[in-house]
Amino acid sequence: MNNMSNQHSSKTTAAIRASLKKRYRRERRFRWYGRLAVLTGFVFLFILLADIISKGTPAFTQHYIQVSVNLDAASLDLPSDPSREQLYSADYLGAIKSSLRAMFPEVTGRKEKRLLYRLVSVGAEYDLRDMVLENPELLGHTSEIWLRAHAEAGSYLKGQVGSDSLEADRKVKDLQIVWLDQLEAEGRTESRFNTTFFTQGDSREPEMAGIRVALYGSFFTLLVTFAIAFPIGVSAAVYLEEFAPRNRLTDLIEININNLAAVPSIVFGLLGLAVFINFFELPRSAPLVGGIVLSLMTLPTIIITSRASIQAVSPSIRQAALGVGASKLQTVLHHVLPVAMPGILTGSIIGMAQALGESAPLLMIGMVAFIMDVPHGVTDPATVLPVQIFLWADSPERGFTEKTSAAIMVLMGFLILMNALAVYLRKRFELK
Amino acid sequence: METMTVFLVLILLTVISFFMGRKRSHTVTVGLGGARSLHSLPKHYGYMAALWALLPALLVLVIWLVAENSILASMIVAEMPAQVQLLSENQQGLYFNQIVSFARGATDASMLDEAQIQAATHYQALVASSSNMKALLVSLVAVVGALLALQRIRPALRARNHVEGILKWFLFSCSFLAVITTLGIVLSVLFEAIRFFHAIPIMDFLFGLEWSPQMAIRADQVAASGSFGFVPLFVGTMLISTVAMFIAVPVGLMSAIYLSEYATRRFRSITKPVLEILAGVPTVVYGFFAALTVAPFIRGLGESIGLHVASESALAAGLVMGIMIIPFVMSLSDDIINAVPDTLREASLGMGATMSETIRHVLLPAALPGIVGGILLAVSRAIGETMIVVMAAGLSAKLTINPLEAVTTITVQIVTLLVGDQEFDNPKTLAAFALGLVLFFVTLLLNVIALYVVRKYREQYE
Repeated sequence: MNNMSNQHSSKTTAAIRASLKKRYRRERRFRWYGRLAVLTGFVFLFILLADIISKGTPAFTQHYIQVSVNLDAASLDLPSDPSREQLYSADYLGAIKSSLRAMFPEVTGRKEKRLLYRLVSVGAEYDLRDMVLENPELLGHTSEIWLRAHAEAGSYLKGQVGSDSLEADRKVKDLQIVWLDQLEAEGRTESRFNTTFFTQGDSREPEMAGIRVALYGSFFTLLVTFAIAFPIGVSAAVYLEEFAPRNRLTDLIEININNLAAVPSIVFGLLGLAVFINFFELPRSAPLVGGIVLSLMTLPTIIITSRASIQAVSPSIRQAALGVGASKLQTVLHHVLPVAMPGILTGSIIGMAQALGESAPLLMIGMVAFIMDVPHGVTDPATVLPVQIFLWADSPERGFTEKTSAAIMVLMGFLILMNALAVYLRKRFELK
Repeated sequence: METMTVFLVLILLTVISFFMGRKRSHTVTVGLGGARSLHSLPKHYGYMAALWALLPALLVLVIWLVAENSILASMIVAEMPAQVQLLSENQQGLYFNQIVSFARGATDASMLDEAQIQAATHYQALVASSSNMKALLVSLVAVVGALLALQRIRPALRARNHVEGILKWFLFSCSFLAVITTLGIVLSVLFEAIRFFHAIPIMDFLFGLEWSPQMAIRADQVAASGSFGFVPLFVGTMLISTVAMFIAVPVGLMSAIYLSEYATRRFRSITKPVLEILAGVPTVVYGFFAALTVAPFIRGLGESIGLHVASESALAAGLVMGIMIIPFVMSLSDDIINAVPDTLREASLGMGATMSETIRHVLLPAALPGIVGGILLAVSRAIGETMIVVMAAGLSAKLTINPLEAVTTITVQIVTLLVGDQEFDNPKTLAAFALGLVLFFVTLLLNVIALYVVRKYREQYE
């Protein structure tokens, strides 16, 4: 009897032993699936960042071409003693064109000439004008002047377009490549840091386009968002954590907050369009409306995180304050909120970072306009950085692709800064 | 006066009331033993006076600002010549807008007739007197409010309780704003959607198989009559979301399992924040990545094996959307798996099961409802996502389930219908609101189901 059960169990043991190898192999395989999944996430992140950075880095440099520009009165179409207005409206483009012709006297055909003029940017004449207005002694001489290169010439000089590809496939033509090579050999080309990108607004020409206007717009929009969402969010969190009675109304409010956190952002845009623009007739394209819409969108985030950090305040603090005779509101304002503040700020900064990256609802309220002037207040038409990225991403020119990536790098830089600040606050808070 | 000036005056009056209230609390106690005989601290009497000055006046200011334009408009319209009164509402609006823009100096007189110029001068006068009256009324209300409060100050007045009562109401209204926002969304979308369903029958919308919203804006324009069938949009949205889920669910779920069951604490503390960067990347960046990198890559890949891939394929948009949702699925599943009690794990391991057997046969079945809830939340995220599909998905509505073709989604259509010029009496614009209504309710439904499932699941182990 005993023997039999022994035999039976040894049979089972043998069966288990035999299967062990397979089971361990399966275990290892499963573990590898897990590693693979984590790795996949890493690879996606790496590709995304590498793609953006490799595309965007060239946008931070701008090529210049040295041209000996003849700035005498005749080529500028100026009288002998010009006034400032006359200087302002002088024919700088003509001067640049004739100087380029003088540098390449072999160019005669109309088509070739047009190609030659396209070596320098459309904006070069305004640069030259500003130079002359600042330095009137340039007038009447021929001087070596660095002119902004056209985006297409610039992309050849940066090595993005090679001469080995088919001429029909690229914007910069064979003739231009010959000229650019010649200029480069003579040391007449130079790469500088692209300050234009940070000091100018949107433009149709990639080499003249910048993110300054979008940065201002983002700043004003976030200002409005913070001014609305922070006080209201914190007040709501205080009410729900400290004062709200347990009843149907409170439940309704809580359900609504949780639902709003999951409502697609574009629906907030529809709300903004229907209520603030159509009904209240607030100005379109303005940071004011954008900020209001974004604040409604970030409110749930701020309320939820603020509640968590108010909840985390030790009850002994409340009891001590109540014990020495403070009212409920005094307890909260003087003792609970200061302790919870780092946590609340962390949540608010994360909410603001969300708002900074958001663009879909802003498309609905018309913040997609082509805007060249810096907004001076919350009611001026403006655009924001993510929307500027969206607009540039639509442009087919190669120059805009790198500008888009560069703008993305700036945007991500701000987001990283904000998140780092949030992490820092959280760390300090934890130490307490 | 400018609204901003009125507002500043109001703030000034409020500050003055605070100091007067505080001062008065001192004066009423003279001879009664000084500030000690007061019920509350002197500053509370100041706050009380300030609130009484500020709140009613602020209310008046807001109401005035909201009502001002429409009242002025109706006053001008009432004085318009008889033949203008007979015009349709639209033409009247145009006539009125001409008057206003001339009065503001935006246009010159060449486009206007004599009556309009007269009306414009009248309008200017009305605007001027309205803003004067606004300033006067607001200051009057503020002063009266402050005086009423000041006059009530007695040593026995419970000023602190009074102020705290008002503040509590303020706190409550801040949290009630969430309800108002939801109501605002529902009403604004519903209102325009109903106008849309007057023009297009609701059945044609919900079950129509064709979507081509190009229609004549003017009556004499030659254009297609426009068809507003919702089905292709829904199928397109679902197609892209499905592709996204095929990426996000396996990767997110397996990462969560690995990180919570296998990884060392150190590995986890580094890996998790890095993967969560994916959640913090703005959607417009993903859209750019999808449109300029992933879509051409997939197209090239397809062509190299002889497949025709549309340049705005659902696959590219879905793939990138999947990447975006990975951290979302990961952190939700992580929470759910961690909520499974350790006793279950230990029992299974104690019986001699390997870790992977424990996970597959014990943890996952136990966590299944929660994970399903998490996936539903992720689907609702994918349906509502806008920028990726606006930049990387197509515009024309094609009824197909082939991920290599270009499809369009609900959110893409909302954006295309509403960006640019809008005519609010045109079904084409109103269609966007009908789509918004559907989007809102679909995501709401998914969220409610998901939250319910997750909560039930948690209660099971509490």
